[in-house]
Parts: sequence; C-alpha cells; structure tokens
Amino acid sequence: METHDLIQTQQLTKMYGSHQALSNVSLSIQPGKIIGLLGPNGSGKTTLIKILNGLLREYSGSVLVDDHPIGAYTKSIISYLPDENYFSDWMKAKDALNIFADLYDDFDIAKAMKLMKRLNLKPEMKIKTMSKGMKEKFQLVLVMSREAKIYILDEPIGGVDPAARELILDIILNNYSENSTVILSTHLITDIEKIFDEVIFLKDGEIVMHRNAEELRAETGKSIDETFREVFRC
Amino acid sequence: MSVDFNANIPIYVQVMNDIQRKIVKGTYRPNDKIESVRDLAIQYGVNPNTIQRALQELEREGLLRSERTTGRFICDDPERIQLCRKNLAAQFAEEYLRNVNSIGMTAEEGMDLLKEASRNRRKE
Repeated sequence: METHDLIQTQQLTKMYGSHQALSNVSLSIQPGKIIGLLGPNGSGKTTLIKILNGLLREYSGSVLVDDHPIGAYTKSIISYLPDENYFSDWMKAKDALNIFADLYDDFDIAKAMKLMKRLNLKPEMKIKTMSKGMKEKFQLVLVMSREAKIYILDEPIGGVDPAARELILDIILNNYSENSTVILSTHLITDIEKIFDEVIFLKDGEIVMHRNAEELRAETGKSIDETFREVFRC
Repeated sequence: MSVDFNANIPIYVQVMNDIQRKIVKGTYRPNDKIESVRDLAIQYGVNPNTIQRALQELEREGLLRSERTTGRFICDDPERIQLCRKNLAAQFAEEYLRNVNSIGMTAEEGMDLLKEASRNRRKE
C-alpha cells in the first residue's frame, strides 16, 4: 500500500494585488481518501484548486503532486471539475464526450454513456439548453469517467436538488478507484459529510483545521456541519 | 439508503450498529458472506474507509470472520450472537432509563411502567 503524499504543499501563498488569497498553506494529502475542502465563499478554495490544476502559476511556496511539480504529468493524473461551465454554446453532449476521449487517454467513453443513461442525459442534448443541475451532472459524468489518480471537484452539488445529491454521491463512491483521492470543495456540508475521510477548513486563505472526520465527530460530539458553523460564525 | 445517520456520532459506530441488528434479526444468517467494502459503502452512502473500520471492529468483536481470499462471513456461534443481542438490548435499556430520568422519574418508576406496558401488550 502506498503511503507517500499524493499532494504536498509547503508555505503556499497567493496574492491578488495586496489581497492574500492563500496564506502559508502547508498540506499533505494521501492516496485513497475522500477529502472535503470546506470554507465559505472567498476563503481560497478555488484558488488552491486552480493552483493544483496548473491554472494559476504565480505563487510562492512549493507544490508537489505525486512527487512532480505542476506540469503536463500532474495535469494528466488530475481529473478536474471546475466550478464554472467551460463548454461552447454549439456543443452537444456527445461532442464533449468526444473531446474528452481525444484529450485524455484514461477517459472511458462507455462508462460515461452508461452514467449518462442513469442520469437521464441524452448524447444529442445541446449543452446550452441543459438546466444548471443537468450541466453539473454532465460535468460530473465527464470527470468521473476518467481513471485518474486525483479527482478535484469544485462545488459539484451547488445546483442540484437534494435527491440528485444522493445520486451524485453514489456516482462518486462508485467510480473513484481505491488508490485515488477525491478532493471535493463545498459549502453545503450536511448532505455530504458522511462520505469524507478528512476535512480541511479554509478561512481567509489559511488552513484552520485538517482532521479525520470521524475523529472530529467523536471528539466534539458534533457533526462536521456544526463544527464548521462554529469555526466560521460571523 | 434506509439508515438515517446522526452526524454527531462517528458514522462507523452507526454502521456497526446497523450490521449488528441485521445479524441478530437474522437478516444476515450465520456463515452468510457480507457484501464487499465498496458495495456496502455505496449501500450506506458513506466512505469506504468508514465501512472498513466498522467491519474491522465487528471482526474484533467476533461477529464477523475474515477468510483471506474469499471475504468476510457472519459468525456462526449462537452464543456470540446471543451476546450481541443482549448488548444491543442493554443499550436500549440504558437509553430508556436515561430518558425516564431526564423527565424526573426514578428508575423504579420507570421499571413499573415497563412491566405495565408489557402486560398491556400481552392482552392485545
């Protein structure tokens, strides 16, 4: 069993002008975990995620993903679900599938079709005409149909109703492999805290807590959601 | 999934409890093979490591036994299962007495009520 860190950051700091979006973030993340990256809007979740994905290059401190600096290799092992829509207006679902199949060797198109069927998404659908929830489901299908070492899902459940959330959790649990790690950022904790191994609380760009979820519950006698509310009480 | 988790208590404990109930109720029969970690994770909608932990604890308690290559099986020792049944019932009793105390009744008064409730059920 591997024990090395899959993601390691040291003293990671990111400035936007004089605003510190991330401040001395030092993190170790092991393989085989589902990790909740939790914090209110503006706490630095997306900034951290973008750095891991190589979308933001100016920062100080160090980042290693599977022992490699951010680059072509790390991009090839991370399956990333951004918090924004990145499809062009003309695309149908099947076009996006083909693009993914071209871009990623580890993309399993048969699996994607199967998941789409389960979620009632049709390949002929225009992405533009999908509802917010449908788009989220479709993007999740795309990222979870890759055989990646790391899945990074930025706010994957914001737009779907509670019933669909269960289904989405189900898809995540069903499709990540045992040695891969899932990092899931959200501010909706109640519905999904039971799938986390570990939780990371980000507040104003700093890590205020990185704990095993079950230990935290045992210690506080509270849900992660309650602890979160206490830490972030305004 | 049918289990409503209480998010204030470690999830693995609640999974253990649910499996224990299924064993004493006979949903799982002695020597039945229990589902894989992944299948249980999906069934319960929780993290696979949480299931792993619950199964390991149940193994330690002797309610499951693992066979290296074939999986985990429900224990076939009737005494062990009876002990589990007793432990679960003891938890219910404990909880009942706590509730009764919390509304200002003594344990004795609580027991009288239990006996009365039991007599009423028999009449039905």
